[in-house]
Amino acid sequence: MLETEKLGKTYSTGDEALSDVSVRIDGREVVAMIGPSGAGKSTFVRCVNRLVEPTTGSIRLDDTELTALDEDELRDARRNIGMVFQEYNLVERLTVMENVLSGRLGYVSNWAALRRNFPPEDVERAYELLDLVGLDGMEDKRVDELSGGQRQRVGIARAVVQEPKILLADEPTSSLDPETSRDVMELLTDIAEDRDVPVLINIHEVDLAEAYADRILGLHAGELVFDGPASDLTEESKGIIYRGEEPPESAAVDPDWLSEADDESNSRNGQNHRSDRLPAED
Amino acid sequence: MATESSSSVGPADAADRRTWQRPTTFRSRRVKWLVYSAVLALVAWSVASLQITPGRFLSGIGYGYELIKSMLPPETGQENLLRLWDRLVETIAMAMVATVAGIAMSLPVAFGAAENISPRPTYYLSRGIISASRAIDGLIVAIVAVIALGFGPLAGIVAISFKTIGFFSKLFAEDLEDIDMGGVEAVEATGASRFQTLVYGVVPQVVPRFAGLAVYRWDINIRSSTIVGIVGAGGIGVLLQRAYQRYEYDYVAAILVAIIAVVLVAEFVSAVVRRRVQ
Repeated sequence: MLETEKLGKTYSTGDEALSDVSVRIDGREVVAMIGPSGAGKSTFVRCVNRLVEPTTGSIRLDDTELTALDEDELRDARRNIGMVFQEYNLVERLTVMENVLSGRLGYVSNWAALRRNFPPEDVERAYELLDLVGLDGMEDKRVDELSGGQRQRVGIARAVVQEPKILLADEPTSSLDPETSRDVMELLTDIAEDRDVPVLINIHEVDLAEAYADRILGLHAGELVFDGPASDLTEESKGIIYRGEEPPESAAVDPDWLSEADDESNSRNGQNHRSDRLPAED
Repeated sequence: MATESSSSVGPADAADRRTWQRPTTFRSRRVKWLVYSAVLALVAWSVASLQITPGRFLSGIGYGYELIKSMLPPETGQENLLRLWDRLVETIAMAMVATVAGIAMSLPVAFGAAENISPRPTYYLSRGIISASRAIDGLIVAIVAVIALGFGPLAGIVAISFKTIGFFSKLFAEDLEDIDMGGVEAVEATGASRFQTLVYGVVPQVVPRFAGLAVYRWDINIRSSTIVGIVGAGGIGVLLQRAYQRYEYDYVAAILVAIIAVVLVAEFVSAVVRRRVQ
């Protein structure tokens, strides 16, 4: 169970990326976090494993208060948090197997890491995951020989081999084509179900979020403006998330927008909304 | 039609036609000429103060001709040939030892001097060590080493290792700064320790550059170890210095040929290896 309370982050430049975000993610939920670029989606996900240090608020993973940990404790806690990245973030010159096994580094000694000497159970688990993500037989390939979709599968295997208590995905589909994006989303939702682990995906493709997530969180300018099941995400709530429209009256004032919305509702994403709509407020 | 359009631009407009000149890097054209003449004046002053007259230059050419005549053909006695061989082996051995020792000492400095992976204080300390090593010329280091440790190859090894630190750490630190931090970040996010992050996320990315730089420095060190003997720090330079003090110019020529041969072989090996690892 992941729970944040009034989580806030202000960068040293003075930009307030997150303010007072309180969220609770539980069970085997697939949660998609959507919002325009710069809304703080990445900051939120990165605060959870403290790749970015939050400035205010608290983050609890099960019973551990993550913001209070010192460096050693944080390392131990990070073993329970799997993360999938937009640019895959693999070590290019290492093999597929080495990249997957790097998910177990938190459990082996420095010397074992140096010699790539992992316990047999870890190796077995890594093989199983390579099967699961559809990369069986590729363990000795160097990852710089793989395609984008294959790389992201390695990234997912690396996160899952950690046996995390939560799986975070930071724009996992943004560097992939639409077809591969759907495969990756399917894989993530399958993992949530099979492994009984909650998955938090931050994503800018609203249609993918609606198609695969159980629940959607909407961020606008660092604030949580939507939290509900995917089926509750209406055009009106998209207006609130992407353009910061006031709920509920002012969201419905523009008749042009309403008539236009029906035929393209699903294929649109945030960028389109923003370019053809010039918000008068702000 | 063509004539019509050209006549419309016509000579009547010529008076207020705009001109264009390439903008100068200096603030204005006057500053530019001032700088150029200052540089010329400085060179002229230097030549004058060193008292290099045309007469002096011509007599120098005369001496040079005499020297070359006495060098040819290169000649060594049987005994000198053996000595030459021994010193050549010593030269190569010095370069090998100094390269390995120097690189071993460079590694912590290089990692410390890489801005992206090193904490601030370590970064400044490491950059300081690099600057110190690069500031002093190898021969000066060799002189100091000879005074401290006495004549012989040990002094040469110390001097060359010291110079290796500055060179190797600086270039290797630059390679470390160029790595892709995404993989490093991901390894860190799995809960890996600092050391594990280094050996798993950082090192694999720089291994080829490490090999290339090591061979490159080895080839430079072979050249250095041929010269440090001039100040008594071992290697073939010792022979060279003795030979010209005794006016045995044919022997000097033989030593120079030997040095050129060794350096060419080292450069060739280094070039081949570097091409392979890229």
